Amino acid sequence: MLIHLPILQVIIPLLGAPLCLMVKGSRFVWGFTLLVSLLASMISVALLWQVEANGTLSYALGGWQAPIGIEYRIDILSAYLLLIVSCMSTIVLLGGYRSIEKEIPVSNQSYFYVAYLLCLAGLLGIVAAGDAFNVFVFLEISSLASYILIGLGKDRRALWASFQYLIVGTIGATFILIGVGYLYIMTGTLNMVDLAQRIPSVSESTTVLVAFAFLIVGVCLKLAMFPLHVWLPNAYAFAPSIVTAFLAASATKVAVYLLFRFSFGVFGIELTESILPLHEVFIGLGLAGVFAASLVAVFQQNIKRLFAYSSVAQIGYMIVGYGLDSVAGSMASLLHLFNHALMKASLFMALAAVVYRLGSVQLKDLAGLASVMPWTAAAIVIGGLSLVGVPLTVGFVSKWYLVLAALEQDLWWVALLLVVGSLLAIVYVWRIVEQMYFAPSTSGDQSDGTREAPIGLLTALWILVIANIYFGIDTRLPVGVAELAAEHIFGGRL
Amino acid sequence: MWIAELPSFIYFYLGALLLPLLRGWGRNLVLLAIPLVSGFFLWQLPEGEHWQVTLLGFELTPFYTDRLSVLFGYVFHIAAFIAIVYALHVRDLLQQVASLMYAGSALGAVFSGDLISLFVFWEMLAVTSVFLVFARRTERAYRSGMRYLMIQVMSGLLLLVGVILYVQASGSLRFDFIGLEHVGTAGLASWLIFIAIGIKCAFPFLHTWLTDAYPESTPTGTIFLSAFTTKVAVYALARGYPGTELLIYIGAVMTCFPIFYAVIENDLRRVLAYSLINQVGFMVVGIGIGTALAVNGAVAHAFNDVIFKGLLFMSMGAVLHMTGKINGSELGGLYKSMPKTTILCIVGAASISAFPLFSGFVSKSMVMTAALNNGYNVIWLMLLFASAGVFHHAGIKIPYFAFFAHDSGIRTSEPPTNMLIAMTIAAVLCVAIGVYPEMVYSLLPHDVDYTPYDTTHVLAQLQLLFFSALAFVWLNQRGLYPPELPSVNLDVEWFYRRLLPRLFEFIMGLFWSLNEVLRQTIKRFLSALGNHIHTHSGPQGILAKTWPTGRVVFWVAMILAAFLILSLY
Repeated sequence: MLIHLPILQVIIPLLGAPLCLMVKGSRFVWGFTLLVSLLASMISVALLWQVEANGTLSYALGGWQAPIGIEYRIDILSAYLLLIVSCMSTIVLLGGYRSIEKEIPVSNQSYFYVAYLLCLAGLLGIVAAGDAFNVFVFLEISSLASYILIGLGKDRRALWASFQYLIVGTIGATFILIGVGYLYIMTGTLNMVDLAQRIPSVSESTTVLVAFAFLIVGVCLKLAMFPLHVWLPNAYAFAPSIVTAFLAASATKVAVYLLFRFSFGVFGIELTESILPLHEVFIGLGLAGVFAASLVAVFQQNIKRLFAYSSVAQIGYMIVGYGLDSVAGSMASLLHLFNHALMKASLFMALAAVVYRLGSVQLKDLAGLASVMPWTAAAIVIGGLSLVGVPLTVGFVSKWYLVLAALEQDLWWVALLLVVGSLLAIVYVWRIVEQMYFAPSTSGDQSDGTREAPIGLLTALWILVIANIYFGIDTRLPVGVAELAAEHIFGGRL
Repeated sequence: MWIAELPSFIYFYLGALLLPLLRGWGRNLVLLAIPLVSGFFLWQLPEGEHWQVTLLGFELTPFYTDRLSVLFGYVFHIAAFIAIVYALHVRDLLQQVASLMYAGSALGAVFSGDLISLFVFWEMLAVTSVFLVFARRTERAYRSGMRYLMIQVMSGLLLLVGVILYVQASGSLRFDFIGLEHVGTAGLASWLIFIAIGIKCAFPFLHTWLTDAYPESTPTGTIFLSAFTTKVAVYALARGYPGTELLIYIGAVMTCFPIFYAVIENDLRRVLAYSLINQVGFMVVGIGIGTALAVNGAVAHAFNDVIFKGLLFMSMGAVLHMTGKINGSELGGLYKSMPKTTILCIVGAASISAFPLFSGFVSKSMVMTAALNNGYNVIWLMLLFASAGVFHHAGIKIPYFAFFAHDSGIRTSEPPTNMLIAMTIAAVLCVAIGVYPEMVYSLLPHDVDYTPYDTTHVLAQLQLLFFSALAFVWLNQRGLYPPELPSVNLDVEWFYRRLLPRLFEFIMGLFWSLNEVLRQTIKRFLSALGNHIHTHSGPQGILAKTWPTGRVVFWVAMILAAFLILSLY
């Protein structure tokens, strides 16, 4: 049983998806989905534990060995991502029942859970897969599922946002496929370990460079790197609240994983470093993302959209960490991946609670929220503090390591700009706090019986909020694993 | 560490924590018990280091006793006990807690075996004592307290910088002889520490906090204030800078200049504050001379001064408490209604004036003899002048204007019993030490081979006293003595209370127009920047607007192209 964990990790949600259709009653189907997701997260914990103890796991699908068969390969980086994705999915689902029930028409709810599990399976598959083509396949599974999830949003603009994401996402996936194809032509293999071994011998060829360009641009599209982020704000803003929470905490994270995997794991550090002033470009684009997206967030009236832009800004931090091209930078970036998942999940869950009660996420409608929904408002404040990077929250930890990594290379201006960028977060977080706590409540709100969010939502929300603080103080788990993972990919071992 | 070896300040701090939980007699009992218990254990304790802790890699010795510090420890316990008895009728938790913390901090400071502990208690002294000034709860007292706090904290900061530099240069945390002879960093450090102590010691020009704040405190608060801060500084000088010649001149100035202010001052408690500086001057001179006799004299004088200056402040506090007035011009003739207070005040006055058989005599004469023995004739003359002056303003002026002079018509009664008891204890101690000086001599840091009661000393002192009494009587009869007038006397604090603000206003005025221009420019720039950002990032800006899909795809293609071009060429 234990040796089958790598495949079970992916196959359980994948098989769970069609089974959803057979379960009747929205509460049961929710319970079933939650169970599947919970199983997946338990498996991810077991996998992480195994990998930490025994090193990289390799699983040959159907007993066919690697070059011919499909290999699932779980190293410390994969295990770390599997843990983030599956746990976030479970917590979001745990609190999501009432919100889903309200936002998705009853007739569509079964399909929602199907798409949700497919998306989860796809994301887990991308991380677990050991060959480049399977990565593409799972990427498509997760992307198609997420187009459906986004399209289920109540607002009619959701369809349009989903459509734009579909076009852009498909282009991204196609680029990745082209890249993988070129690599196959040049090396005759799709397995990532083999690719990593064979690419150095053909690294002079233009084809490999082109493959690299297609892959990186494709991945950057998926992870919404500025200026390729345009699909993200609308998709997040108009998707059902729970979907936003889930995708924000997992989808872009997996894309960041791919960026690290392809550039350091497959192409190898030597090749990646030899190409162009790549690092300067990434640092520049990351910082540009931080500033441009934060500034846009400052002026946003729709809070979901505001936090979506803030996500783009936070991805900017990860990109800077990637661009630093060092163990410390990668570690900071991977750490921020974990921490950002925590903060954005808690913030979007809080917004799900707001939508559930108020039916609106316009800033002006939040006036006086703190008096009617004190727990939700407090959660937004703590999540916001974490986003700003206040000490004792996770946001501080990852920005701290990121600044250290920048200073390690004497990039003072980068460190300075990172800190200044965080200050912009104060501005947009404060606008929300001000509206919730200090603005007088608009007249109608109290009379129509707005009250605190349902207990299920609050529980999940506060698990996330407490995790935000807990991992800000006891940093052993994320820092330890991120450090191991960063050293692992820099050791050149796949 | 056994309970008997607890540092003295712990008792006081714990007591202060306990106070808010108690009320009425329970609280009074705790207040009285703390100095007694703590004093008893101190008396039982052998000399040496009693407590060492390692904090952040520093070896701290917060409880170190030797003869010098134990003597100050005893007198602080006595002073705390007397002051607590004196204040027993007060029902003000703020004052009670503050005074216990304050006394505890003073004890902590004199028992600090290392410089870092010293700094901590140095700051604690400042922070706790200021509440005794605030406790008067008047606007005047508040402002005065703030000025006091600023100066005290400044002293603490100087000490901190000095300590850091000194520890860096010498590598030792021990609080021992420092001196001013060092060169380089250690030299700078020793000067900084010296000035920090000097502020607390009320060196000339650094003394204004004392005469400013002490008279503004409550009748009972002043008793605590007069006992601790300056004596801690004297202790620190005696440990760190004995034999520093500069101190002799500083001390001599300290003995003389306050006399002029004291003579013309109307507020009788302020008169006493000036005479406090004058008495500290004697101690500073003694420490500066640095011989065994001189240091003994300085320390013994500190011991006595705490008691008799306390007694004087208590008698004036009693007057203030009963009449609500403290200006010489408004008082007079109180001996009719407050005879006991009058007598106790006269005992204090006789002690400070160093009448034979009173405590001041047995210690002050040691310092003066030491000055003469070591060839400081001019200094000796200054001290002589100061002695006469002290007799004038503290020995005669205080009792005379408060209790005698013209009858002000005020009819009141004796102060509460606890006040009388406290004053009596102090008065008895004054006489007892005066008659039987060995009581104090046996505690002094150096062996004493000195008899105050020989013909020369007694005669000289009596001559001095009677002639100055004669002068007072004559001047007063002729109407030449400065009358008690309600007035404000200018001291060097004018520089920072008037000149500095004026100067500041003037300079600000100069820069005001420039500032205005600067502000407008920056404002315009900022709003232009804001608009600029808004056009791009605002909801309708290019960055925030939803792009048509076609444009998105176009940019994707552009970036891929750029990427390809960059990577291929």
